[in-house]
Amino acid sequence: MRNLYLAYAATWIIHIVYILFLSRKAARLRAEVKELER
Amino acid sequence: MKSSFLIYALVTLALLSYALYQGMVAAPTERTMGEIQRIFYYHVPSAWTAFLCFIANFVASITYLVRRNPKADAIAVTTAEVGVVFTTVVLITGPLWAKPVWGIWWTWDARLTTTLVLWLIYVSYLMFRRFSTGQQTATLAAALAIFGFIDVPIVYMSIRWWRTQHPKPVIAGGAGSGIDPEMWSALLWNLAAFVAFAGLLIWVRYRLERTRQQIDEMHALRALASTEGTLTR
Repeated sequence: MRNLYLAYAATWIIHIVYILFLSRKAARLRAEVKELER
Repeated sequence: MKSSFLIYALVTLALLSYALYQGMVAAPTERTMGEIQRIFYYHVPSAWTAFLCFIANFVASITYLVRRNPKADAIAVTTAEVGVVFTTVVLITGPLWAKPVWGIWWTWDARLTTTLVLWLIYVSYLMFRRFSTGQQTATLAAALAIFGFIDVPIVYMSIRWWRTQHPKPVIAGGAGSGIDPEMWSALLWNLAAFVAFAGLLIWVRYRLERTRQQIDEMHALRALASTEGTLTR
């Protein structure tokens, strides 16, 4: 059972890490667009 | 645009929740492996979703080479990245399932090895795109993606072509294969949920890639304008 929960948890940790990576990328691009528009 | 994204995100969240219920509660417990077999409902749909991403990457790469459309290039990088995320899930959940069932975390059989190679191919593709600065990056990346895709059918067929530690296919595996209808239903719900979730990630990542392309264009235009200014002075 431990490995079953670990597998489900690992799946969601991987996806959450990727979502955090996307949100950081979005913030960086937004800042760059603002800088260029100035 | 924002409201349709929100509706899609909410539907995906509902699908993921129901699929989790299907995999963890509704599906019957497998006779020989017991509860650990429920990893199947995350492992297999993640693999199929990754395959769909790599197929989309393959089509987008060919489209880019033929039409030189930057939108096709954006789809290619986006689907490769999301495909790598799902392949990572496959490579982590697989050993967690293998250890209690086979007694080992990993073995170099054809299915596991070709899947690891698939992950390495697309990670290399993404690293090439990340660190290459030349004007031909998108073209070379598209060519690399087309050759890299050859491994996708090899991964799929590996358990049919060779004797492997990995089980033979239970779906579309010919005579003697197949699963309980309730397991099949849980599998399809999870597949639908993961494909919808991948679609959501692709949607977000595609918009970011298009923004990055527009920023690059703006930088190029500024550089051109400053060069022209220098020449006319």
